[in-house]
Amino acid sequence: MKGPVQPRLEGWWLTCGGMTTASLALIQAMLAATAVHSSPHELWAALMKREIRYAIGLSLATCTTTSLLALLLAVPVGFLLSRARFAGRAWLDAALDIPIVLPPMVVGLCLLILFQTRVGRAVDHVLPFTYTVAGVVLAQFVIGASFAVRTMRGTFDNLSSRPEEVALTLGSTRAQAFWLVTLPAARRGMFAAASIAWARSLGEFGPVLVFAGATRMKTEVLPTTVWLELSVGNLEAAIAVSLLLVMLAMLVLVGVKLTGEQL
Amino acid sequence: MIRLHNICWHAGAFRLQDVSFSVPVGAYGVLMGRTGCGKTTLLEILCGLRRPSAGRIWIGQREVTAAAPGQRGIGYVPQDGALFPTLTVREQIAFAPRRQKLPASARNELVRALAAATGVIHLLDRLPANLSGGERQRVALARALAARPAVLLLDEPLAALDEAMHAEMMALLRSTQQQYGLTVLHVTHHRQEAAALADCLLRLEHGTVTASAL
Repeated sequence: MKGPVQPRLEGWWLTCGGMTTASLALIQAMLAATAVHSSPHELWAALMKREIRYAIGLSLATCTTTSLLALLLAVPVGFLLSRARFAGRAWLDAALDIPIVLPPMVVGLCLLILFQTRVGRAVDHVLPFTYTVAGVVLAQFVIGASFAVRTMRGTFDNLSSRPEEVALTLGSTRAQAFWLVTLPAARRGMFAAASIAWARSLGEFGPVLVFAGATRMKTEVLPTTVWLELSVGNLEAAIAVSLLLVMLAMLVLVGVKLTGEQL
Repeated sequence: MIRLHNICWHAGAFRLQDVSFSVPVGAYGVLMGRTGCGKTTLLEILCGLRRPSAGRIWIGQREVTAAAPGQRGIGYVPQDGALFPTLTVREQIAFAPRRQKLPASARNELVRALAAATGVIHLLDRLPANLSGGERQRVALARALAARPAVLLLDEPLAALDEAMHAEMMALLRSTQQQYGLTVLHVTHHRQEAAALADCLLRLEHGTVTASAL
């Protein structure tokens, strides 16, 4: 019976192992150097600043909102891309990836310009986005949603369409087949998509800065805090917030791994 | 009765051309053909999962060419069972009765009766991941029967079973067909399976169906 490949100490495996160790060492060295740069007392004092506590709260709230909105979009769009065959599907697939490949600053700039058009100004008049918390969510959403769509499409690609078809023969409508059969089977992918959108939104800086600004106690999120604190030479605060971001990112990664296995 | 008249379908170079055949009421029809010859496609057309480019289909006395899959009065058992991954065996069998808005007591009674008839009564609270290949096929059969169909469409239902389970499942299919008075179309490429089950034998070759001697 064939089992997993057992690496032996030969040249090829040593090369692969060496490269893995080197990349891990670089990540660990970066994090360790940052972590030991300041004392825990200094870090804690920085995190207790009113502005930073506000940024923590705003980051958590906007990332959670963004991930839920991204999931709402990603489920139907991912399903469409995975199951439907129509003219222009490849084009649509590529177009939805544009926010992933664009430089983040450009995404923010495009949003800003969009809201300077007549339609954009009309929307902004009803629900203000530019330089507001809603703008933070929109800037995070544009990129986070693209990642969520990609994840959901992959999830649906990996689920056979046969059970849905059987559900149709048993008297379900297409919507019932999706709701009762496909969606419950996709729950692991949904959790992963929401987590990826959340983590991606947490680190979003460029679009938020350009579109929502960096006003303290208003539109300041954690990556903005790092930039603001660095720009005034307050390295301790920048490090404290950076370490917090690292910790939250690791929590998401571990959460996806653990919960994903249990779902 | 199952009746197809001049059914045409194509995708790229593959085509079904003027396929016509019928399976009489209460008969066990077996459709044979090589792998990749279009047997599953034909079954999907019968189910309403694929729309033919031409031709007409009758199930019983009713033309169902344009009817939705759930309105055709069929029960469909795909090759791998295609059980719903997150539903228990009980919920799988109750799926069609729920859609038909059968009262809870009648539904539960039907589920237990079908589970007993197909030998899965002890598995009612299990998920598909915890079933063997034979158990999955039995559950898929019970789920299809729960829709109370006049016609049962089976796509290579014995393909993934070992020899002992194969014989057991053949006996179950035959007894189920007789017990419920079903018209069956069973797709296979196994000659022995066809010989053991068929009242009428059909062969799909080069995109057309011909009647074949038993």
